[in-house]
Order: sequence, then structure tokens, then C-alpha cells
Amino acid sequence: MSILRSALMAGMLAFVASGSWAACAYNNTIPVKSLSAGFEAWKAVTGAMSECGNVEAELDQEFRLKQPDAFAASPALYQIGGVSNSTLVPLLNAKTIRPLDDLIAKHGQNLRQNQLISVDGQIWAIAMMVNAQHLMYRSDILADLGIEVPSTYEELLAAAAKVAEANVVEYPLGGTWKPGFNIGIEFVNLYLGHGGEFFNDDLTPAINNETGVAVLNLLGEMKQYMDPEILVSDSTYVQQQFQQGKIAMANLWATRAAAMDDEAESTVVGKVVMAAAPNGSTRPSSTLWWDGIVIAANISDEEAEAAFQVALEGMDSEMVEANTEVAVWLIDGYVPGRLAAGAAATAANGALPYPASPQMGVMLNSLGNGVPAFVTGDKDAETTLADIEAEYLTKARESGLIE
Amino acid sequence: MKPRTFAAFVGPSMFLMLLFIAAPLISVLSQSFYVTQSVFETVEVEVCTPGFLTQTCEIEQRTQPILDDDGNQVVNTEFVGWTSYRNVLRMGDAWDALSSFDWSKFQQIDFWKALRFTLTFTLITLPLAIGLGLLLAITVNNVTQALKGQIIFISLLPFIITPVIGALSIRWLFIGDGIMTALLEWWLQRDIAMFAQAWTIEVLMLFYRVWHVGPFAFVVFYAGLQTVNNDTLESAIIDGASRFERLRYVIIPHLMPLIVFVALIHLMDSYRVFEEIVGFASQAHVISLQWLTYDFLTPDEAGNRSVSRASASAMLTMVGIVILLIPLLRKTWKDHRSAH
Repeated sequence: MSILRSALMAGMLAFVASGSWAACAYNNTIPVKSLSAGFEAWKAVTGAMSECGNVEAELDQEFRLKQPDAFAASPALYQIGGVSNSTLVPLLNAKTIRPLDDLIAKHGQNLRQNQLISVDGQIWAIAMMVNAQHLMYRSDILADLGIEVPSTYEELLAAAAKVAEANVVEYPLGGTWKPGFNIGIEFVNLYLGHGGEFFNDDLTPAINNETGVAVLNLLGEMKQYMDPEILVSDSTYVQQQFQQGKIAMANLWATRAAAMDDEAESTVVGKVVMAAAPNGSTRPSSTLWWDGIVIAANISDEEAEAAFQVALEGMDSEMVEANTEVAVWLIDGYVPGRLAAGAAATAANGALPYPASPQMGVMLNSLGNGVPAFVTGDKDAETTLADIEAEYLTKARESGLIE
Repeated sequence: MKPRTFAAFVGPSMFLMLLFIAAPLISVLSQSFYVTQSVFETVEVEVCTPGFLTQTCEIEQRTQPILDDDGNQVVNTEFVGWTSYRNVLRMGDAWDALSSFDWSKFQQIDFWKALRFTLTFTLITLPLAIGLGLLLAITVNNVTQALKGQIIFISLLPFIITPVIGALSIRWLFIGDGIMTALLEWWLQRDIAMFAQAWTIEVLMLFYRVWHVGPFAFVVFYAGLQTVNNDTLESAIIDGASRFERLRYVIIPHLMPLIVFVALIHLMDSYRVFEEIVGFASQAHVISLQWLTYDFLTPDEAGNRSVSRASASAMLTMVGIVILLIPLLRKTWKDHRSAH
């Protein structure tokens, strides 16, 4: 039995090994580990990396909880880190990642200028894709009811009212309103869309104002067209509501677009169309994000070079051609399809990059914990904002951001 | 037992308790009185990020921690006294709300909101869990020998399931148009959203916890029932005691030490209610003290965490458990004294 098993194992290993080098340009000999988020795009990229051999990829949606400590260890526990613009902040601040200029000069001929993330003249990360929340809508429903694609929140609410009246879906609107990151980002998007500023010059909070109140009231108006259980709804929940034909419109991440046309899961294949995020009073109510890779500082130069080469191999044109629909890639060889239209239009309309910074981390956390109390009706708008500001102040003082 | 033998038996366990319980506790206690801050500076730098088609470069005011020559963050550790406790308890706001008899305002403060839920949760599940355990034990004790094995196996199942998995299963049964919600909607002929308001979530949590810990009480009581003196029971029957009277005057007094034991364990466990909050994603409606500590300790997107407030909240949770346990511990102590 054990002989049979080991023979089988050996056979499988041989198969994996022989199959793996086929798609990679070279054979990697130095062991490389990566830690990144676990959504489809990362599966594609780390899958392509593994083809070079000796690559161990850890995909974890809660990666941000362990990344700063894992990279601060010496030697670092991972050579490659997958980050977004907000999770880059703690690594960059602690300088546990290395500048990539030399490695790019040596190996990065195929990278595009647009992929290089530079701070203060040095390149710290290579971006592979952009991401943004934008409007997704059921084109069949809107066409049947003669509704124009909403481009502002007034139009969105009017459209939602018509859909509700026609009673063709369970809930006209969906939304990522789960407490924490999800509803925090929803507020950030709307607040920036309405031209708000989060901080005064001394980093004290500045959200308790007319714009803040307007945003909360907007959430209140949207709520009446939503699932009563909206406060447990995250991206996957909204995606499934779309797939099961329960909602007609929602702002959702571009990375979720491909799932709408997944015939194994979706009952609305081809019916969900991507459009720009609706405008607030100033600009689109969305923020632009990027995802990409960083290389640890606390590792040998040989390891760093091997890790960098593997990472580039994972982010090459071949991978993009095989996974076009999965994300809005920044990599050479990407041809945007209809699923990328929403993110493209949102960016073209002037959405801002997400303003990642230590103080924004504290603010997002306070918003994510504080805004739900308004949605449930426990607090009025002014109290909600005042409490969020108080929580921000306490935490910002505790972390040393303000005196 | 000779003192030497006693020490040899107890020593390792005492050492491990000191190492893994007392030492961390002292560390947490001291951390709750200190705040460690990074020292930040604001610099003007050029930051380039990808746009959809072209790169955008902007001069930004960037707040960043100062690093020393070895590349470590410069930190300041400061004694802050009771500040972190004050920030958690917010006594001033709480007192204002209470003195104006404004309960809803009082419940807007995270700590008191969490305490309210934690206490009601603990005190409501306590009698239910003990009652369920007792009922199961007596039932199983009275069924025919042939069925006992199967019934014991089935009753123990909930106890074996990992708490978070159990909570998630309940959530999936009830969330949205989950099977159970759909069934209830069909039965009651009305639209039901179990996760839309606090009280329905709390009912689900109570139900889940009783279902989960009932088997533990059952096992303990069932073992106790095997030691009930049959002579006493028979003489009670001869004296004409009804089934209920036998339960009330013979069985329950016999099981009393076990009931106290189960109650102690249950109070300690359910005061630290946490899995239900995470499993049900109920933060918007219901939070618990343990969840509050966890939330303080979780780093935000930019890696900041509130270690000091987390420590303060953890200490307050421990104080709460001790206060809850005092009456039961006093009872055990008294029984112990009178027995000698």
C-alpha cells in the first residue's frame, strides 16, 4: 500500500514538474514564497508564477493582517508580497520592502511606465491591474422600463424608484455595506465624489460637515431600495445577488465583473452591463485602486532577483491573454473588453486614486465601525459623524499621528 | 500525600500556569497603562501611481514614521495611567446619558452596548443550557438500553462542531433566502429578514449557543445520574413521591455540585462570546466585549492598532468574569467549609 502510494506520489510530482516548466521561460532554482490576496486575478498571477518551479504561493483575503509582521522578520517570511495602494502603506513606512530600480533596469524591459509605483524618486512596487467600484446594471430591466443609465445619484435613486414600482426584482439596489472595510469605502467614495476633504492640515478630522451629512442622508435614501439585510452584504454577497437575479443595480468592484458572465453560477449571463460610477456633486463616487507586487527588503540579493524574475513571469502577456476577463490589467498585451468599460469610464470621468496614508487607515477604520449606527437608525447624522471623529482622534493620538 | 510528592505532581502545572497565564496577564495589565506611539513626520514627495491609461504623478504631503539608523521605527512609550480605560469606558458620556435617563444614547457607546449584550447573552443562556442538559440527561437515562447509544451520539454532535463553523452554518440557513428563512416565510406567509435587526440576530445567537453547549451539560449530568442512590429513590417511591417530587427533592440536590460546576464553566465561556459575532457578521447590530478587544487589536489598512485600549478592554472583560463568578465561588467555598 505504502509502496503504491509513494509510486503514485512520485508519478504525480513528475507530472506536475514536467508540466510546469513548459509555460515558464526558465527554470527557477531558488525557493520563493509569496503572500497576496486571494481573488481571481491573484490566482491567475500566482498560478503563472508557480510554473517556474520552486514557488509557493499563499493566497489569503486577510493577508494584510500578517503582511507587515511577516515582512519585518529577518529574514522575511515571504519574498514576494501582493499589495494594493492601501496595504502598501505599512510596508513602505517600515521600509521592509526594497527599491526595485536596479532589478527593473536588469529584467524589466517589458514593463510599462504606467505599472511603476514610485515614491520620492524610487520605484517600490510593480502594479499589475487597476480596480475600482463602478455601476453594474441589468441592461434588460433598464431597457424594458425605458430608464437611461444613471450617471448621478439623483438619477440612480429615480431609476431605483421606477424599478421598485415595476416590481421586477427583489431589490432595485445592491451595495457593499458590511461594517468595516466595505461600508467604510462606500462612505469614502461618496464623500470624495461630493468634493469632501477628510482632514485639516494638522491631521485632525474634518468630516462632520454638510458634505458628511449629505452623504449619510444619501445612504439613508438608498437603503429603502435595498435588501433589509444590507449590513451583512459584502462584495461576494452582492455578486451572488446579481447572479441570482435579485438586484438590478449596484456599485461593485471591477474584479467581480467576470463572475456575472460565469455560466456555471450566473442566471444573468450577458445581461449585466458595466458603466461608470455615478457622479457625486463633484466627481465620480469611486476611488481608483491598483494591485501589484513588492519584494521584501530583509532577504539576500540573489533571492530578491529570483523573486523579481518569478513575479515578472507571473505578470507577463501570456498570463494576461489567458485571463483577459479576470481584471483590468495594466500589463502589455491586454485588450480591454466590455467588462472593463465601467472601470475605464470611471477613471475617464476623473475619479481620484484612493488617498492611502496612515491617517486614512485610521479614518477608514473609524468610518467602517461608525457609519452602520446611522444606517440602523441608532444615531442621527450629526451624532454619527461626531462619534466617528471622536474615535478617529482617540486612535490617531494612540498611534502618534496627532498630539 | 507527602509534600514532596505533591509538589512534584503540582509543580509542572503551576509552572506552566505562571508562564502561560500569569505572565501574559501581567504583560497585558502593564500594556493597558502605557501607550507606544511611532514618531511621524510629514514630508513632501512625488508619488506616481497608475491611471487607467497613463501614469499620474503628484507632489504629495506624505505622513510617515521616522526610522532610526537601523531601519527601525522610532517609538515613544509613555505612561498614560487610566487614559486607555477612560477611552474604552467613556464614563463621562455614559453618566450624562444615564442621568438624563436616555437608554438609547447610553447604548451608543461601544463598551456599554457590548456589555449589555454580553450580560444578557450570558444570563439568558445559563438557565437554558442547564435546563436542556438536564432534560436530555433525564430523558436518555429513561430510554431503553437499545436506543441509548444512538441518542447519546446524536446529542453530542453539536458539541463536536467547531464554534465558528457552527455559527456560519446557522447563518447560511437563515441569511437572505436561506432554507430556514424560506421555510418560515412559507409558514407565516410574510417576508422575513433575520439579519436586518438586532433582536432576531440575538435570538439566533442564543439559540445557537444553547444548542452548542447543551451537550456538555448533558454529558456531565448524565454521568451524575449514574451515581444517584437507588435506595433513596425507591424509598421515595414507597413514600408516595411523584416523579416531579423525586426530581425536585432527590435528583437535583444530588446533582447540585455538578450544576454549579457547569454554571461556572458556562459563565466563563459565554462571557467571552465572540464566534457568534464574527460568524453572523453582526457588528452593525450586536457586539460583545471580546469582539471589542479583538477589534481594537486588529490593524487597520495602514497597519495602526490600538494595543493599549485592547489591553484595557481585555482587563475589563476579566474583571467582569470575576465579578460574575463571585456568588458561585462563595457558594462552593461555603459548601466546602460546612462539609469539613
